[in-house]
Amino acid sequence: MNSRKMELNKVEVWDGNMANSQAFRQADVDVVAAYPITPSTATVENYAMFHANGYIDGEVIMTESEHAAMSGCIGAGAAGGRVATATSSQGLALMIETLYQASGMRIPVVLCLVNRALAAPLNVNGDHSDLYLTRDAGWVSIDAFSPQQAYDMTLMSFRISEHLDVRLPVISNQDGFMTSHTAQNVHPLDDDTASKFVGEYKQVNALLNFEKPVTHGVQTEQDWHFEHKAKQHAALMGAKKVVKEIFAEFKELTGREYKVVESYGMEDAEVAIVCLGSTYETAIVAIDEIKKEEGINVGVVAPRLFRPFPLEEVAAELQTVKAIACMDRSAPGGTVGTLYNEISGALINTPARPLVTNLIYGLGGRDMTVAGLKDIFRQLDKDAKAGKISGNIQKLVGVRGPELSFYNVQGL
Amino acid sequence: MSKPISEMGWDELVPGAALHTFDGTVETNLSNIQPEERKYSETSSKSMSVGDWRVIKPVWNSETCIDCQNCWVFCPDTSIIARNKEMRGVDYEHCKGCGLCVSVCPTNPKSLLMFNEYVTVEDALSQWPEKKKKGEL
Repeated sequence: MNSRKMELNKVEVWDGNMANSQAFRQADVDVVAAYPITPSTATVENYAMFHANGYIDGEVIMTESEHAAMSGCIGAGAAGGRVATATSSQGLALMIETLYQASGMRIPVVLCLVNRALAAPLNVNGDHSDLYLTRDAGWVSIDAFSPQQAYDMTLMSFRISEHLDVRLPVISNQDGFMTSHTAQNVHPLDDDTASKFVGEYKQVNALLNFEKPVTHGVQTEQDWHFEHKAKQHAALMGAKKVVKEIFAEFKELTGREYKVVESYGMEDAEVAIVCLGSTYETAIVAIDEIKKEEGINVGVVAPRLFRPFPLEEVAAELQTVKAIACMDRSAPGGTVGTLYNEISGALINTPARPLVTNLIYGLGGRDMTVAGLKDIFRQLDKDAKAGKISGNIQKLVGVRGPELSFYNVQGL
Repeated sequence: MSKPISEMGWDELVPGAALHTFDGTVETNLSNIQPEERKYSETSSKSMSVGDWRVIKPVWNSETCIDCQNCWVFCPDTSIIARNKEMRGVDYEHCKGCGLCVSVCPTNPKSLLMFNEYVTVEDALSQWPEKKKKGEL
């Protein structure tokens, strides 16, 4: 661990970025190579401050771009060090080529992705466009809904990524501004406990092991490429088990329980929404209110683990509801949203046949309020009672102008 | 390795397609061992023949060579074989035929010249040009 410890209070007031920075510091990262971008800037800025104040034994490298930042992480990771970085939006977009390199080369990297809309038009606020851009990149992707969870997820990301059965990079997501810039009470671990939890970095085929010289980033054509991608996919699919184990170990240590699929109100829910990020926390408030005020039994399901997608757990969670709204906070680019696809795909081979709609919401940081969610729950309840979707499958909610909706398969 | 890499299934390959240069661990300073005595692995590019990329090849003439080592220094694929600062020949398994060795050769006539791949070394040497006279292009 770092030679200089930081005294932390039992309860700190941290935003999501500070939670990331502190998790990085406690994980004793060897190399943070970064190119700061809003709203993840402070993750790197705080960390650089810790470094300047002598709390970090590792290196901080300010690179010339996000592409170089991730490349630096990959190089240092291949050399045999623990590496991490942070980015958002356009930075993630510039990094995307190297994301595939990191996962394909099986280099453990922790990337704190503070979710932000993608230009154009330019927008610095939170939506899940960048999160969705990482869907097929072969990274483990976990989602935090609050600063406490950002701290917990980022700390656990090192364990997941460096696990000998995984050895894949991990993205620790949180919502831009809603989580990254909202200061809340966070219960951190002390430096010794956190450092012990993360553990020593275990090298695998390190470039700096001169007794076993190795080449990383090789070329494979039709004769081996498929086998290597198959192996990579198998490791990613196997990561779900490791994530569960590490969540369980973390609960033992802290009392904080995480599941690969989080849910609230599902014990007696007739209808449910599926969402990611801080909307989950807003939904908890809306569910409590609407149950009490209107007697409608509603619930929320959120994949904590976005990749590998917990298809079985999601399907099990949604067996008893009659109507589901899959809420995608990203412009879907000419089809249904990702969650709609994932949820429909998870349910299609099961006995459950709920009505499934797709709501596109919150683009560019447009608020999703408690009142807005209650409206959605009321509509779901109506649809469930009527036994059919009113109108089209996909609707854009919270957008000004005439109703915008697509796809209708009734009467087929 | 237990079996050739070409026969391995996805479950048997090294994660991330990492390739080890040598079989086993290296216990001595490699710079003290000549390449032909090193235990290069099957997956080392030393064991891989990549000469078939080449369409023209450099041929070396030992009669005119002065062992200046220019070609050895400049070759981008370490395909000039030299021992104790004496030129020994060209590694045709790895040479890509870029011709850089020919352009840096300072002798008159040149001691390395490019020939078509199908010309034998013997034929190439029999066609070697004479020393150029002063002022001759």
